[in-house]
Amino acid sequence: MALPAHKAAGVRPAAPVALLVLAGIGAAFFLIPLIGLVLRTPWTAIWDQLRSPEVLTALRLSLLASLSATAIALVVGVPLAWTLARLTFPGRAVLRAVTVLPMVLPPVVGGVALLLAFGRRGLLGGWLATTFGVHLPFTTAGAILAETFVAMPFLVITVEAGLRSMDSRFEDAARTLGASRWTVLWRVTLPLVRPSLVAGAVLCWARALGEFGATITFAGNFPGRTQTMPLAVYLALETNPDAAIVLSLVLLAVSLAVLIGLRDRWLGSS
Amino acid sequence: MRLGIGSFELDVDLKVEPGEVVAVLGPNGAGKTSILRGLAGLLPLDVGRVALDGVVLEEPVASVFVPSERRPIGMVFQDYLLFPHLTVVDNIAFGLRSRGTPRPAATTTARQWLERVGLAAEAERKPGSLSGGQAQRVALARALATNPALLLLDEPMAALDASTRVELRRDLRRHLESFRGVRLLVTHDPVEAMAMADRLVILEHGRVLQSGTPAEVTQRPRSRYVADLVGVNLFRGRASSNVITIAGGGSLMATGASDGEVFAVVHPRTVALYRTRPDGTPRNVWEGRAVDLDFEGDRVRVRLEGTPAIVAEVTPAAVRELSLDRGDPVWVAVKATEINVYPA
Repeated sequence: MALPAHKAAGVRPAAPVALLVLAGIGAAFFLIPLIGLVLRTPWTAIWDQLRSPEVLTALRLSLLASLSATAIALVVGVPLAWTLARLTFPGRAVLRAVTVLPMVLPPVVGGVALLLAFGRRGLLGGWLATTFGVHLPFTTAGAILAETFVAMPFLVITVEAGLRSMDSRFEDAARTLGASRWTVLWRVTLPLVRPSLVAGAVLCWARALGEFGATITFAGNFPGRTQTMPLAVYLALETNPDAAIVLSLVLLAVSLAVLIGLRDRWLGSS
Repeated sequence: MRLGIGSFELDVDLKVEPGEVVAVLGPNGAGKTSILRGLAGLLPLDVGRVALDGVVLEEPVASVFVPSERRPIGMVFQDYLLFPHLTVVDNIAFGLRSRGTPRPAATTTARQWLERVGLAAEAERKPGSLSGGQAQRVALARALATNPALLLLDEPMAALDASTRVELRRDLRRHLESFRGVRLLVTHDPVEAMAMADRLVILEHGRVLQSGTPAEVTQRPRSRYVADLVGVNLFRGRASSNVITIAGGGSLMATGASDGEVFAVVHPRTVALYRTRPDGTPRNVWEGRAVDLDFEGDRVRVRLEGTPAIVAEVTPAAVRELSLDRGDPVWVAVKATEINVYPA
């Protein structure tokens, strides 16, 4: 490009020193805790720690709960995203607000709300207990429910955005070829929004894996039943700091993997 | 059929005979795509009726609405809309699979179609890697594989390079001829419409302005749009004993005009220009002003202001002899016998 030299140089403004210093402090604020975590990791004992029953139990439970939460979110969250993206009806804005509220709601408040809904004397809890004999609070199912509550919005908004940006004329084309609404959904719509589905599910799973507040409030902290990794980390910090650090490191590794996996979506290439 | 979408209204009475290729021709925004979407059941009608081979597919008054997926139609979309996640052969088999054909049989039929359109080697490719012409043939095969009674084509050449269009138009025409059902094509390209269709339907602002064979439409245009496409001067006015009083001002003398509302067509070639007032046989002489000179090879189209305004086509030599330039006054003469008049 034949730009005059002074113009080309003008594209990059001179940075005020004060701004750079503040930016450095901001970056250090993120970086130093991570360095601390890595430096304090008992690398030699890491394998033993990972195989210790309390870490393994928490790990196993966390995987079960977060994957179940993701599965539930896929089953009901994708239809919800489709409804929000494709249908116009009164109250759609309210429905969307309700759907994404858990993203900004303090998770503890979510836990309290879940107790009031599914607790022994909750809105549905009593009926669930007497009709089906189902008790959700302080059970693994309860932990899954709490994680779903907090994590599903990530899936819903990601998939909804994918559905909105998709060219819906592909669906028209499928219908003129004789595809029923279900066939269109399964063979055209969902395959075309697959990147959004994958990203949404991964985000949802990562959020579920890290869930703490709603889980401990609604499901409690019972090892093997409701004590997921974040809860175990919190508890182990006083009794067995090495286990806490190793568990934290596992969660950090998962977060990094998610970030790298979704880098095209979030970090961009520029 | 009549549709209303917001402020846009479409009121079209369209009848296509079996074995006929009909092209709906109109400028962008005339409602062409809406017609196809209406016929395909993708855009519900407000009023009207869609019937195919005597079977009513849609009639709001009678609460009849056959959904798209149960209409015996095939549609080729403007940018083809091949499913990017399916292979070429699976794209073609999609319609059959959706209508309940088992996978092996659907795949066999799809491969036969690929053979027919000369793309057997591309079966396992994804549509994204096909050329425009190949994508068009796959889209056509996909639309025809379900053996529809009505084939709809929305601007089938619009997504192609100008350089390959002529050849691909011939190919498409050949493929369309081998299909025996009703064929309806919409386009904004007059060349495409005339090359492909047995009958033209001219659509503007949601209304049919004219319908007929390409020859009829070009010889007797009934709208400014068609007149501009064909490149002739079109006047509308009221004729009374061979004098046409033009709606926009001015009058023309013509022979053989029946009294009443008429269209009058004057070919630019028959418009003569003079520096001074001519005294000769032409019945129609008036003074105008050249507003635009458009050099097209061995001809110059001169756009003239005046009552009425008209376009003349002369040779570059004539322009030199008249030393005609933009803004110059000039005398215009048209022989009464050169004016083609027909009822409006």
